[in-house]
Amino acid sequence: MKKTPLYDTHVAAGAKLIDFGGWMMPVQYTSIIDEHMAVRERAGIFDVSHMGEILIEGRDAESFLQKILTNDISKTQKGRIVYSPICYPDGGVVDDVLVYKLHQERFLVVANAANIDKDYEWFLAHKEGEVDVKDVSEEYAQLAVQGPNAEQILNNLIDFDFGRIKFFRFADDIVIDGAEMLISRTGYTGEDGFEIYISPEHVVRLWHSIMDIGKDYGIMPAGLGARDTLRFEAALPLYGHEISKDISPLEGGLEKFVKFDKENFIGKDALVSQMERGIERRLVGFEMLDRGIAREGYEVLSDDILIGYVTSGSYSPSLGKNLGIALIKTDADIKDGELEIVVRKRRLKAKIVKLPFYTKQYRK
Amino acid sequence: MEIKENLKYSRDHEWVKIEGDKVYIGITDYAQDSLGDVVFVELPEVGDTFDAGDDFAVVESVKAASDIYTPVSGTVVEINEELENMPEMVNEAPYESWFIALEIDDPSELDSLMDWEEYQKFCEEEEA
Repeated sequence: MKKTPLYDTHVAAGAKLIDFGGWMMPVQYTSIIDEHMAVRERAGIFDVSHMGEILIEGRDAESFLQKILTNDISKTQKGRIVYSPICYPDGGVVDDVLVYKLHQERFLVVANAANIDKDYEWFLAHKEGEVDVKDVSEEYAQLAVQGPNAEQILNNLIDFDFGRIKFFRFADDIVIDGAEMLISRTGYTGEDGFEIYISPEHVVRLWHSIMDIGKDYGIMPAGLGARDTLRFEAALPLYGHEISKDISPLEGGLEKFVKFDKENFIGKDALVSQMERGIERRLVGFEMLDRGIAREGYEVLSDDILIGYVTSGSYSPSLGKNLGIALIKTDADIKDGELEIVVRKRRLKAKIVKLPFYTKQYRK
Repeated sequence: MEIKENLKYSRDHEWVKIEGDKVYIGITDYAQDSLGDVVFVELPEVGDTFDAGDDFAVVESVKAASDIYTPVSGTVVEINEELENMPEMVNEAPYESWFIALEIDDPSELDSLMDWEEYQKFCEEEEA
């Protein structure tokens, strides 16, 4: 089992640790609900060092990424970040990633922990021209500082105005206590916040510095449990749930990140044909009306007919409701937005509600 | 971790309070702590019968659903409806938050339960 450099820090803080894609990660420190609310109302700090980083370098780096990604990075400037799915030829999703443009010919691709090896192999297999692909995951630890107080906390950490880093942009020349780092205004919670990439040897000290300053701003360490409920309320997709090798980005509601006007990219033909035939499935949000919680994989019925299944479901700490996201047939005949969710062999009533459940509080 | 001296305990971390041929069943402090924030409790109905080892209730934390097992056989004579509206009571006061009262079929089944000292040792072994 792999451990992040903060493993001992988590243990000392009383975290519950779980196996997450081969990593021992904190799922919670005190309470998922408390940690969730801290991020919504004040600030939370997450150890996300398990995320993978792949460096793409060389004269043909951009054209290679243009072929791999469904999104378009051709107009992206240095210092900016693009979110994109990566597709198989059949339109299924290999992974969804953030692409940081470090230089004209150098990009950092940030990947889901469980997908690093698969992504790396995929990149190597489709490498073309003068381009170097390197898995540099070992060189980076990562912290996420999220919540309405995140900017103030970082502003108090060093003499730098973090208001200057706009949404989906980054600065890579920040030095704190002699440690260089890359900081971006990104996150996976639906709140304003930052993600910090730093070498593993410096991350423990940075964690403690942020915790010290953050105390006055109500910061709490937050685990993967809160990370999941936060992203769920904001309807941010989770690989393996809302998108996967069997769920295309169009079905997963990510058409905004698929650029059909790009000359070519892997999966384009399949996705074009999905568009032409009509997308067969779509994601909907729902709220439980009967008492019960929908969980991933539960069946969804309309008029006694199976129309899909739940991709994510949870109690929502911010809204105090039991909510879910389901992948259902686009042509399903649904009356008045009424669904039934099969919870332990019982059919419970639910109704369709708009996604996201929680309006994202990004500062753009 | 709180353990009450006047209760009996199962290996699935349920506590049992014996009152004649009736027992109250709940989950222990250890159990609520490992589940995390409880947000939903599903209870059986009065009159339902269970064999020892059957699951009789479901507790949902933020993360997942967990079955709760009865260590003894019997018929449900009371349910704690308060838990349906205030599931967080399971976290806040696990030894007051009984789930059901069972009229037991066979008092000898109670012999297999642990007393508080045995349960304490059992928990320590689970942790190790």
